[in-house]
Amino acid sequence: MTLSDAALAVPLLSVRGLTKLFGSFAACRDIDLEIAPGEIHALLGENGAGKSTLVKMLFGVLQPSDGQILWKGSPVRINSPGEARHLGIGMVFQHFSLFEALTVAENIALSLDPKVSLARISDEAASLSKAYGLPLDPKAHVADLSVGERQRIEIVRALLQNPNLIILDEPTSVLTPQEADRLFETLLQLRQEGKSVLYISHRLEEVRRICDRATVLRHGKVTGTCDPRHETPASLARMMVGSDVAQVHRDERSSVGNLALEVNDLSVPARTPFAVSLKNVSMQVRAGEILAIAGIAGNGQGELFDALSGEYPVATGDAILIRGKSVGRLGINDRRLLGAGFVPEERHGHAAVSAMPLSDNLLIARSQSDRRAFLGGGPLSIIRHRAVGSATRRICGAMDVRKSGEDPLAGSLSGGNLQKFIVGRELDRQPSVLVVNQPTWGVDAGAASRIRQALIDLAKTGSAIVVISQDLDEIFEVATTIAVISEGRLSQMYSAGALSLERIGLLMGGIHEKKSIPETAHAH
Amino acid sequence: MFEAILLTVITAATPLVVAALGELVTERSGVLNLGVEGMMIMGAVSAFAAAQLTGSPYIGVLAGIAGGAIFSLLFAFLTLTLVANQVATGLALTILGLGLSGQLGEAFVGKPGIKLQPIVFPVLSDIPFLGRVLFSQDLIFYLSIVLVIGINWFLFRSRTGLKMRAIGDNHASAHALGINVIRTRYLAVMFGGACAGLAGAQLSLVYTPQWVENMAAGRGWIALALVVFASWRPWRLLAGGYLFGAVTIGQLHAQAFGIGVPSQLLSALPYAATIVVLVIISHNRRTTLINTPASLGKPFVPDR
Amino acid sequence: MRIELEKRAGLSPMFSILSPLLALVLTLIFGAIMFWLMGKSPVGALHSFFIEPLLDVWSLHELAIKAAPLILIGAGLSICYRSNNWNIGAEGQFTIGAITGSIIPVMYPDWHSPLILPLMLTFGLLGGAAYAAIPALLKTRFNTNEILTSLMLVYIAQLYLDWLMRGPWRDPQGYNFPQTKAFQIEAVLPELLGSGRAHWGIVFALVAAVALWFMMRFLLKGFEVAVLGQSERAGRFAGFSARRMVWFSMLLSGGLAGLAGISEVSGSIGHLQPAISPGYGFTAIIVAFLGRLNPLGVIASGFVLALTYLGGEAAQLSIGISEKISRVFQGLLLFFVLSCDTLIHYRIRLMLSAAGTREAKG
Repeated sequence: MTLSDAALAVPLLSVRGLTKLFGSFAACRDIDLEIAPGEIHALLGENGAGKSTLVKMLFGVLQPSDGQILWKGSPVRINSPGEARHLGIGMVFQHFSLFEALTVAENIALSLDPKVSLARISDEAASLSKAYGLPLDPKAHVADLSVGERQRIEIVRALLQNPNLIILDEPTSVLTPQEADRLFETLLQLRQEGKSVLYISHRLEEVRRICDRATVLRHGKVTGTCDPRHETPASLARMMVGSDVAQVHRDERSSVGNLALEVNDLSVPARTPFAVSLKNVSMQVRAGEILAIAGIAGNGQGELFDALSGEYPVATGDAILIRGKSVGRLGINDRRLLGAGFVPEERHGHAAVSAMPLSDNLLIARSQSDRRAFLGGGPLSIIRHRAVGSATRRICGAMDVRKSGEDPLAGSLSGGNLQKFIVGRELDRQPSVLVVNQPTWGVDAGAASRIRQALIDLAKTGSAIVVISQDLDEIFEVATTIAVISEGRLSQMYSAGALSLERIGLLMGGIHEKKSIPETAHAH
Repeated sequence: MFEAILLTVITAATPLVVAALGELVTERSGVLNLGVEGMMIMGAVSAFAAAQLTGSPYIGVLAGIAGGAIFSLLFAFLTLTLVANQVATGLALTILGLGLSGQLGEAFVGKPGIKLQPIVFPVLSDIPFLGRVLFSQDLIFYLSIVLVIGINWFLFRSRTGLKMRAIGDNHASAHALGINVIRTRYLAVMFGGACAGLAGAQLSLVYTPQWVENMAAGRGWIALALVVFASWRPWRLLAGGYLFGAVTIGQLHAQAFGIGVPSQLLSALPYAATIVVLVIISHNRRTTLINTPASLGKPFVPDR
Repeated sequence: MRIELEKRAGLSPMFSILSPLLALVLTLIFGAIMFWLMGKSPVGALHSFFIEPLLDVWSLHELAIKAAPLILIGAGLSICYRSNNWNIGAEGQFTIGAITGSIIPVMYPDWHSPLILPLMLTFGLLGGAAYAAIPALLKTRFNTNEILTSLMLVYIAQLYLDWLMRGPWRDPQGYNFPQTKAFQIEAVLPELLGSGRAHWGIVFALVAAVALWFMMRFLLKGFEVAVLGQSERAGRFAGFSARRMVWFSMLLSGGLAGLAGISEVSGSIGHLQPAISPGYGFTAIIVAFLGRLNPLGVIASGFVLALTYLGGEAAQLSIGISEKISRVFQGLLLFFVLSCDTLIHYRIRLMLSAAGTREAKG
């Protein structure tokens, strides 16, 4: 494809005054954005800034309430993803829009011209994936693939339509650092071919590394456009967050006490066809320590949490010890009675019931551990609504939970505020062992730093904490020791200072130090 | 003798197969419609009434299909547009269908029916043994076979069928890809209704050509069980339907021979068999999990 | 034109109360249209359907008789459905409860003791619960869908009753009628007041409904029902067992259906016969939903549905339309209840054109 000079002057895509209202709430207001041909353009902003809403409008999934979209200089209405694809816009979603029960080829076929046969799609996908270094088996079922492979399907699917603009929504949040490097090479190759990329991220380093220009969003508005290569991470962060986010403080000389949580050679078979089995997991956490468990989503984090919390007790009692007691066969409430607290990853429908008020959601976690305070009437177990209500107010005050009304439904709170409440209801009882899965997933920067600080402060008072997280920044911020989970196996534990980013990346990719290096086998 | 038994088995199995095929398509799109019994009985009464009024059983068949499809629209509107609970709405459809059909059919109670006559294929029906069984049947039997083949092709070979399976697997992703989830589901529900209506027409025009209140007698529920039994695959469904047909006919013949077992016990056999089959199928959680359309019964509200 | 839903921030308290009433009004409007199409005066027909039965003492007693099983079963089902277990076989549990409850008067017709009634009621309760234990067992043990199994068991229960009536339990002096001997006087549930036939069944129903309301409102058990019904995963996190909840909710609803069965047979029929229920077990599903799955609401909706039965009978007598029309009313009512419930969770917008001219409806 050759571009005339005139075409170069016209932006590939420009957006003017784009606004999206949900009821009275403006998810995006007056957005202006320009993407030139052959440009990698970053869209920066923290969770909830309106990035996803904006790209959904560009891809025709949502309809703008006001404003204009210009494609190659002329105004367009994008009523559906089909029309977006027809214009030449391809999209790689953050939460993959893949179908687990279908094969790779079928998944790709769904977004292509129905006249093309499945066999031809398979061939083209195979050759294209080879050309861009994204190997794929068209006949494989998506359910059997890793997260990185799934992302490749999305990218190949977008590329097969030969788009001029590819939108990637937080593509590296699910990749190891090494996988991310490979993705960047693909993107640079695309730029060389004259294609444009809209790259959505909140990771400043990546943006500075590969993007030509950046547009920053905050609270649904554009707060600046810049050349990220000329900015510092700190200056970008200021544009994103508006003010300096409270730094998380850690006292390096915190003392370490007795063994509080111990896991010995824990193996758990997979419960469902889509689950991961845990294999010989061992760990020791002392009072005052924060053990962070890094890993890519879907490598057994959820299963590990289930085993530690006792939601699914394990076969051998001795595999898990809380403060010296065998608890493997005990349920979650028995473990709570020993002083343990738990924060699951999924807020809605696991940690909390969206359609119930906060006070009921407090009772969910603490009906047995605080039996004496919250229940009366002996065996009848009459709920003391007044006591539960005052504890709810106490927690909301302590964690600065912003809510509308006295006791609103959990579902009406923002992600950050609900998460503060869910963490707060455990902190409120000063657990001696706390297990948290993805403490700040999908939470705004203010709430995230508050939660991290609370975890560090709790450790300082002598609690043992396990933080399971995908966010490496978070891990380095809070951890005293780090281990990595991959395919249901846990690496040995490293002191936080002794582990480099590269090293974690290799461990996340499943390369353990115990395995011999394959090259030696081919040496002769 | 054997031939006669086979013929009755086919007659007993056909309504189950047809209704279950419709429900299979509905469920593949991710919608659980428990109103099969209600749609079936509405089809039966519409078919009987239309045949009585026009004198043509074929118009009766068309009326049965239309009756079931239109009645299913009610379910579609509530569950798809108003996002009402699918289980409760399905029950409502059955309750309303039983009531409404009783009311509409009041005038037809005791009237002699008009039977849908067999269509005989000249040469093929002379094939010894199977000829009469397979090629001298009524229209609805032939349709049932065409439906099995057609639905199998549609689901696993056509692009629209692929889209439908995609919606059943993950409606949010399908919506993000630009597939019209609600419209496809409306069509799938109506197809299910049309099939249930056709099955009802078979009951009142072929199986027992007359109108009896509540004549579906739980067949709609058995059809629902058949879909689970078949793990959402058309050919397995056909096999399962004939298995149930055989149980039904077996107990009828046993009653006729007057073997020393109470007739009520024999009549209970098809229902008991349904329970047993469900237990055997669902016992293996792993295969159930893999085969069940992942968004089955879950509400979907698109964000715009 | 198309309809769009917009999720409300919370549940609308106004529509939580208004939705069942709105559903009733819509049903009446539809009913009037239906009568008009049938060539009857809508006002007159609605009057004889819904007002006439309320006008004399005799029929108020009949109303209580019909409401008793509906409330008893509906209250149990409302707990069951709140816990996300779908027992739709209450009709079968009602039948089995009637049978097990009748064991004593049928087997020992000459025994006279004040113990008989309490024993009968207990047997009925246990019989219904035991019959509901079958789908509970199959669900917990084999992961089998309780909707289909509980429903299949209805047919089996009815055939079993039919066999008993035509076989071993038939009254030998009954002129070949398929029914048992009339129960001895100690086995008949006494009348409540002197003024009519209403028996103690309605008292059981009211007590059960109020007790279940108290449980849902104040007890941890009720909280457990609500949490597990909303999310099994959150329930597990709270330390509640979904498996035990299957047992609890099925046994509870089955037991109450069984109690309703024996109360009906002992209180208003006086002997056992093949047809003992005009579909109470299925109508109770409507009762539960119209009561918004709240046991106190079930009391009100139980009387409303009882009225549709009586109204059907009254309308047949006074204006000559089939009593089957009451089934139609019941079905319509359930549809409107389910539609109106949408208003509690969503704001409904009518979109007049693609460009987005909006007309807010509520």
